[in-house]
Amino acid sequence: MPTFASPSVELSSYRDRRFKGSAGELKRLLRTSSTLYVGNLSFYTTEEQIYELFSKCGDFKSVIMGLDKIEKTPCGFCFVEYHSRSDAENAMRYINGTRLDDRIIRTDWDAGFVEGRQYGRGKTGGQVRDEYRTYFDEGRPRRNEIYQI
Amino acid sequence: MSRRRPHEEEDGYDRAYRKRRRVSENQEIEDRLESLILRVGEKSTSSLESNLEGLASVLEADLASFRSKILRILTDCAIKMPEKCTIYTTLVGLLNAKNYNFGGEFVEYMVRNLKDSLKACKWNAARYSLRFLADLVNCHVISAGSLLQLLDNMVDAAKEDGVPQVRKDWYVFAVLSTLPWVGRELYEKKEQSLEHLLVSIEVFLGKRSKKHHAALRVWALDTPHPQEEYLDCLWAQIRKLRQDNWAEKHIPRPYLAFDSILCEALQHNLPTILPPPHHDSYQYPMPHVVFRMFDYTDCPEGPILPGAHSIERFLIEEHLHQIIEMHHLERKDCAAHLLNFPYKSKIPLDYSIVEVIFAELFHMPSPRYLEIVYGSILIELCKLQPSTMPQVLAQATEILFIRIDTMNTACFDRFVNWFAYHLSNFQFRWSWEDWDSCLQLDPEHPRPKFVREVLLKALRLSYHQRIKEMMPEPFESLIPAKPEPKFKYAAEGAGSLPGTTHAHKLVVSIRAKCKPEEVLHVLKDLPNSRHDDDADSRFNPLKIDVFVQTLLNLGSKSFSHSFAAISKFHYVFKELADSEEAQICILRNMFELWNDHQQMMCVLIDKMLKTQIIECSAVANWIFSKEMSGEFTKLYLWEILHLTIRKMSKHVSRLGRELAEARERLRHAESDSDESEDGDGEGNNNSSKHGISGVGDDHEKPSEDMVDRMEERLEAAQADQKNLFLIIFQRFIMILSEHLVRCDTDGRDFNTHWYKWTIGRLQQVFLVHHEQVQKYSSTLETLLFTQDLDPHILEVFHQFTSLRA
Repeated sequence: MPTFASPSVELSSYRDRRFKGSAGELKRLLRTSSTLYVGNLSFYTTEEQIYELFSKCGDFKSVIMGLDKIEKTPCGFCFVEYHSRSDAENAMRYINGTRLDDRIIRTDWDAGFVEGRQYGRGKTGGQVRDEYRTYFDEGRPRRNEIYQI
Repeated sequence: MSRRRPHEEEDGYDRAYRKRRRVSENQEIEDRLESLILRVGEKSTSSLESNLEGLASVLEADLASFRSKILRILTDCAIKMPEKCTIYTTLVGLLNAKNYNFGGEFVEYMVRNLKDSLKACKWNAARYSLRFLADLVNCHVISAGSLLQLLDNMVDAAKEDGVPQVRKDWYVFAVLSTLPWVGRELYEKKEQSLEHLLVSIEVFLGKRSKKHHAALRVWALDTPHPQEEYLDCLWAQIRKLRQDNWAEKHIPRPYLAFDSILCEALQHNLPTILPPPHHDSYQYPMPHVVFRMFDYTDCPEGPILPGAHSIERFLIEEHLHQIIEMHHLERKDCAAHLLNFPYKSKIPLDYSIVEVIFAELFHMPSPRYLEIVYGSILIELCKLQPSTMPQVLAQATEILFIRIDTMNTACFDRFVNWFAYHLSNFQFRWSWEDWDSCLQLDPEHPRPKFVREVLLKALRLSYHQRIKEMMPEPFESLIPAKPEPKFKYAAEGAGSLPGTTHAHKLVVSIRAKCKPEEVLHVLKDLPNSRHDDDADSRFNPLKIDVFVQTLLNLGSKSFSHSFAAISKFHYVFKELADSEEAQICILRNMFELWNDHQQMMCVLIDKMLKTQIIECSAVANWIFSKEMSGEFTKLYLWEILHLTIRKMSKHVSRLGRELAEARERLRHAESDSDESEDGDGEGNNNSSKHGISGVGDDHEKPSEDMVDRMEERLEAAQADQKNLFLIIFQRFIMILSEHLVRCDTDGRDFNTHWYKWTIGRLQQVFLVHHEQVQKYSSTLETLLFTQDLDPHILEVFHQFTSLRA
């Protein structure tokens, strides 16, 4: 049951372009989902840390760490699936835009985890955004940058 | 209207169009009126007085056509924007002066609102309606005498016999909290009646029981700031206000500027309003303690923080709490509104805000919102006001730390959680050196304990290396161990352990992806140290030892790995651990492997409860067992106990809800069955699988049989819940009594750190779960909390029962 409107729980403009279904259906799913996408994590942030922070908003079913498609190492995102929509809304309200491992993390609605989504979609295996990034990010080193830290 | 168009009658299309346009024009006017009313009093280029005057004229002109709309908007504003009460009362006053009938209708409307709110137990809405009516006395809309009659009736409700004290409390609170608005007017016009009202209140307060007070205090000591009971505090503030001849300086009173217009107006008399009689289903607000951590000496030079008993302090705090209530869903707006407090130049605002936020965080028995709501608002405040807020917050932390010795245990936990969370949002920057004197204290003393627990929580949000690096060297003893498993079967000297060979075999089998049955096979010939004549011959401690430690160690890489291991070998757990004793053995082995990783233990227990490998009662008994005595005062152990109790409570509530739904459907289906046989279409549409458990998910009519079974399940769950509470309280009573007796015979002071932590935890269980515990209150009283118990323990029970007395 969605609670009343409030900007921090509204849908963002991002849409998963690989979603199998209509835009309307995706929107409907996003509006009732209890799953969040969590982004801008450090590659070193662990499932344990995600647990600790996100359980402040309620009990959840699972955390699925995003992995590099090739290396199978964390690549800076995850999905958090709550039992209830209202707990997920609270995470959108109170965790989105705060820090974990010194990084401002971002949460967004997700239509629900599907097998395969845990992998980065970039050509090199990680997230696409890291391939286009023009600056060095200590928390998210690309393979050729590892020596820098 | 006179411009008639040709062929008007025939032109159906045109007529419909015009009608639509008229509707939308009306809508437009209504919207415009609404927005004008909503926004009056906000920042504007002209003065509030001229805005009010203008708005009153606009509304007067529209009263003929939009009367009910205007009535509705104005009452809505009165309830939803209580901070603008005096602005709207002035507006109503001006309208009443122009149109006496409208004034009367408004009063009627507002009175209905008050009555409805009282019946619906909307206590704040009721209080705001009352305040609004009272302030209308100041605007010459309502006569002072008729308001006093209403206040008298409310105080009479506090004289009733056989009703809960919380009901009486609320009526007195409602009256007292209205007096800042109207006290002066009543004093000038009806001094004697006002005095009479106050005497009645004083008599009531004198007789009132305050057993709950001790349980709700944040600190046990009253120095430097008394932790006053809320009615006592407000009473002291009102008495001081009376001494000052009811002159207060906080409430803006725009009606004063219109005195010449308003005093010409005719007044209405309130009808007789009697509080609705008590009903058992009514829930009244619980009492609380007024949290204070600052006085004017804590604040730097500048505007002075009003004293604890000045009415301004009450008004400011109430207003700030209201802002939090209104904006808590949007933390950034909330912070901005707090910092934009209308009287910010007159008070040290940062201090008032921080005090009010901590008051909510430390509110007993539980905070109004999630703890993270307050934490995230404090972060936004620091971001918006970086030049002052972080310092004020640091000063507040320092004060809380210094006074932590007598802080109640539930608040200690919240303080720990908040501080670790806050630090993790600010690069863990803190001047720990300032706290190094705590290193000289007994490790069980709340100060070193606080630092240690904060570091443990910080570790969960961060990583071990980081914590080690951020702490100054002298604090080394407080730094948590690296959260790693200790697998004894791979450690040096493991060869001499009886289970080592089997453990190694098990590692190989599990790595080779063996089936659960094969695990049992590997463990098969481990000797049982217990005698055969024991009740549960299946319970073999060594098998459990080897299996649990080996499996959990193999899954130690992450929570997900551990969970996967547990679900894959769920069957083995169930085979090995049928009895509670065996389940406790699982817990003991989990502890042996993971005692340096508290978070892991919490989530593993959570998982094992969910998957029914262990029962709640086993967890409770394990926590109070001898082996855990070294951990007994650590925060995580209580985190586990509370999660266990909560799990049980959720289970009971869910079964209760499902039963109620099934009964409802059964009733529904029975009354429907006469009319149609094939069920209602609505129910059939709903094919999605929202249900949680098997019985009664679909919207088909449940059979009587099914409902009976659900009833049985609920009863069984309630019996389990009761049993869980009995175990917990009995164990508390046992260890506390033992301690008290031992100290008595040895002639030692019983009031040790251990005692304080333990009694605090007992108190916490009562308060955190009071709604559930309440159900078994009489059982607890007859079975456990009997008169022969040590008064120190009994006192905690009495505090609890008086919460809703």
